[in-house]
Amino acid sequence: MGIDVKRIRRDFPILSARMNGKPLVYLDNAATSQKPRQVIEAIYKYYTQYNANIHRGIYAIAEKATQAYTDSKAKVAKHINASSIEEIVYTRNTTEAINLAALTWGEANIKKGDRILISEMEHHSNMVPWQLLSMKKGAKLDYIKLDSSNSELDMQSLGEQLEKKPKLVAITHVSNVLGTINDVKEIAKMAHKHGAKVLVDGAQSAPHMKVDVKDIDADFFALSAHKMLGPTGIGVLYAKRDILEHMEPLIGGGDMISTVDFYSCTWNSLPWKFEAGTSNIADAIGFGPAIDYLDRVGMGSIRQHEEKLTKYALESLEDMKNVKVFGLGKENLKKRGAVISFGIKGVHAHDIAQVFDSEGIAIRAGHHCAMPLVTQRLGESALARMSFYLYNEEKEVDKAVQAIEKVKKIFRID
Amino acid sequence: MDMYAEEIISHYEHPHNKGKIENASASMHEHNMVCGDDITVYVKIKGNKVDDIKFDGSGCAISTASASMLTDFAKGKSISELEKMGVSDMIGLIGVDPGPARLHCATISLKALKEALFMYAHKEPDAKTRSL
Repeated sequence: MGIDVKRIRRDFPILSARMNGKPLVYLDNAATSQKPRQVIEAIYKYYTQYNANIHRGIYAIAEKATQAYTDSKAKVAKHINASSIEEIVYTRNTTEAINLAALTWGEANIKKGDRILISEMEHHSNMVPWQLLSMKKGAKLDYIKLDSSNSELDMQSLGEQLEKKPKLVAITHVSNVLGTINDVKEIAKMAHKHGAKVLVDGAQSAPHMKVDVKDIDADFFALSAHKMLGPTGIGVLYAKRDILEHMEPLIGGGDMISTVDFYSCTWNSLPWKFEAGTSNIADAIGFGPAIDYLDRVGMGSIRQHEEKLTKYALESLEDMKNVKVFGLGKENLKKRGAVISFGIKGVHAHDIAQVFDSEGIAIRAGHHCAMPLVTQRLGESALARMSFYLYNEEKEVDKAVQAIEKVKKIFRID
Repeated sequence: MDMYAEEIISHYEHPHNKGKIENASASMHEHNMVCGDDITVYVKIKGNKVDDIKFDGSGCAISTASASMLTDFAKGKSISELEKMGVSDMIGLIGVDPGPARLHCATISLKALKEALFMYAHKEPDAKTRSL
């Protein structure tokens, strides 16, 4: 069942915009996705028709706003197969979700001498919070190494590290640099066998494939709405109910309490005890139709479409002289997301991105917030990256290939 | 496209004044987190003038070509003259305006040079230099 890309594209107003006089070709979806009009209109409708604070007002539009906010959580819960909205805490983004886990669960459970295990392919968002926590607690941070291909995790290294009995394994589901899809279900199984809790950074997986937190058996799962057709400013920390029950709140204030007297208070029920103060109501409401959109197209179909595009792009790039592609090859498509990092010999990634920009093509260049992976493991100062989504087409890949030819021409490279 | 004018590409391919100066009067390292541009500028001062200047490191075409042209320009110039330089001087020197996203590529070598000169004078860099 292929997806109707032409029809999908009509739902995204920005896709008919131009950049530098050329039709916009948006290939930076790993950074943020574009938004369908259903999402934009939902936010507009909230502000123009029922803007009110939630969980407070005894009047119709406040009730409607509260309902819409809660509905959005219910959609997320169903989408990732959480048990209920009690397990869905809204944050600003994936980074804040991971920090929330580190600052609450980590604060209470990580002690001096404990070990935290992460991997060499983590984004800074799933590395720095654990560095901070380890420094504060005197805990030890260990790394699952990359294998010799520099594309996949070395499962033997994982096994060895688990023998050291880490309290937590925090791992990315899909690498934002390599595109590698980690077998988080197997990793969680192994980690649990050794008594560790498991946090999955789903920033790059939730937008592109079916995520089932129960099937993975993740204790924590973090994602960002803005990478999955939703607005910026909304992220999710999923955690198993019994873990959240035992976690202390991070921020105190309105809405997160049940009762307050002058010297003490009791916490509100889940998930509200983690959402102090007025929430980002408009964007939470906008996230609802984004989930609806993804569900309507179907995560399986989206994944299939991206796999096809990735294959097409890898085949287009493989014969290009002086072009190096990172990550797994086309024979491993099942283990690869729609993220293609590449370099052109003798040309800095920023110059590549600049030439692409002049052709109306948006790609990312830099260390992709994964400095240790890019500079120490891959040995590059910066990489160019194209990343696809449900609205991208093969002809856009063709334009990217033409832009590479243009870069080579400007820089006089074969 | 203008940004990759022949002169820029030519300086990028064959940068002038590339390397280190042993016994430099001052040197300063600058690194740009966003790009990964990495540059060290070495100056040798005689009297009140730049007697010799070199740069080392790695970066994009804009940052490399800018450093190449700036080091050509700075040779023989007085410290006070170079200390006055700002963004517009740099754009004038390289002949292209790289736009807001790439401006730091064009100015990273100037920042390192000016900081080295401040260091030589035992002064803290001024706000104009810090904001480059």
